Amino acid sequence: MRVEHHPILGNLPKLREAKIQVDGKEIPAVGGEPIAAALAAAGIRVHRYTAQRSEPRGIFCAIGQCTDCVMTVNGTPNVRTCITPVVDGMVVETQHGSGQRNKR
Amino acid sequence: MRAVDLAVVGAGPAGLAAAIEGAKRGCSTVVVDRNPKPGGQLIKQIHKFFGSREHQAGTRGIDIASALFREVHDLGVTLMSGWEVYDLQPGRLEVVQTSFEESTTDQPEAAFRVATNAESIAAEKIVLATGAEENAIHFDGWTLPGVMGAGAAQTMINVWRVLPGNRILMVGSGNVGLIVTYQLLQAGADVAAIVEATSKIGGYGVHAAKVRRAGIPILTSHTVVEACGESRVTGAIIAQLDASWNPVPGSEKTFDVDTICVATGLRPNARLASLAGCRLTNSPVLGGWVPIHNSRLETTVPGIYVAGDVSGIEEASTALEEGRLAGISTAASLGKSNAGDEEEIRTIDERLCSLRGGPFCQPIQDAKQELVKIGESACPKE
Repeated sequence: MRVEHHPILGNLPKLREAKIQVDGKEIPAVGGEPIAAALAAAGIRVHRYTAQRSEPRGIFCAIGQCTDCVMTVNGTPNVRTCITPVVDGMVVETQHGSGQRNKR
Repeated sequence: MRAVDLAVVGAGPAGLAAAIEGAKRGCSTVVVDRNPKPGGQLIKQIHKFFGSREHQAGTRGIDIASALFREVHDLGVTLMSGWEVYDLQPGRLEVVQTSFEESTTDQPEAAFRVATNAESIAAEKIVLATGAEENAIHFDGWTLPGVMGAGAAQTMINVWRVLPGNRILMVGSGNVGLIVTYQLLQAGADVAAIVEATSKIGGYGVHAAKVRRAGIPILTSHTVVEACGESRVTGAIIAQLDASWNPVPGSEKTFDVDTICVATGLRPNARLASLAGCRLTNSPVLGGWVPIHNSRLETTVPGIYVAGDVSGIEEASTALEEGRLAGISTAASLGKSNAGDEEEIRTIDERLCSLRGGPFCQPIQDAKQELVKIGESACPKE
């Protein structure tokens, strides 16, 4: 959910509209925001599944430090979605393990 | 290769202040920061700062950041946002920027290309202002999506204007836990409660009062014992702790939350300092392993300086002062001093002393002095 109104920061300014595809489904996004922000706004929590136990992982640090939020972006695995800006038309996939399966 | 007098890693308060003071003294200066936006944690701090006027009390972190950006811009400092340092040694940094660019070809397979730009930066002096990272605590289900650092939630709401969840349990009542709780409310989320493992609220009374006035319970001697859910957090179980920190059987309570924020302290992010070969020492009061430095903030590796949380967890106000000191020190070591710099350094030292004064900060003051004591013999001499 987007924070439309805020007592300190004011109303959400008009943003650069974009769309990205997540596992084949189109979601609205804002050009330049981190991919992780677009996913959170769309209510998507699971970014990847771990290699050995297939456990779900999502955002943990949101500043590029922990690598928990990596996904496969335009065929490239292990992209830190919390610090990678959205470009209109990006193709994002939930990553499994090291992402070899996602690789093109 | 880009060649500069001063390269600063990290565009938070310490890094920007160092760059400003260096540039004011005629150093050609570059700041490298891996985040899409500069400002470090300042751009998340929508609350007003405390202290006295010379420490920017009454000013919001976001406004302090804007003022720093203007100064950096006016002084002609090169700001490389979205660039990450992957190797460094005295005199040289290797940086990389990865981005996805729309390709000009109309082949669907090549609609995007991953652009990896790499650069070497030759720098006479390096200031590492790499900040801190959040501590995690381990409980059942702590890796589930929906368990995140309190700072992560703060970044999402205040920088990107997105709620990471709708109903939140906050773990930890230090200043970060209290402030982020209040900011989550401002952003429109519900906070079910704050749990605090010790018997006392950790942060300032004024922040705790704001949260309580908003009706959020602060449960001391309580901690989270389990995050419930299969693929995401759907609830949290908390329990009371006895005097030896063990959960009291039968005291468990379940909260209907979709997010658990962990505010259990920060530790210095000394990875690049370590990579550069700087000697570290473990200081629990300063948050963990910190680079040893002398009074001029130079580490055991000649030409590499530190400033801000990387050399001990404190506040943005102390980070600004340390940054200034690092900028003046590096410029001086290159023979670029302003008249009055000695007086300026004395003033900064006094301000640091007063910021670290008071019962809340005295242990930090002592730990910093201890660090400098080791540093004066272990670090390069003037």
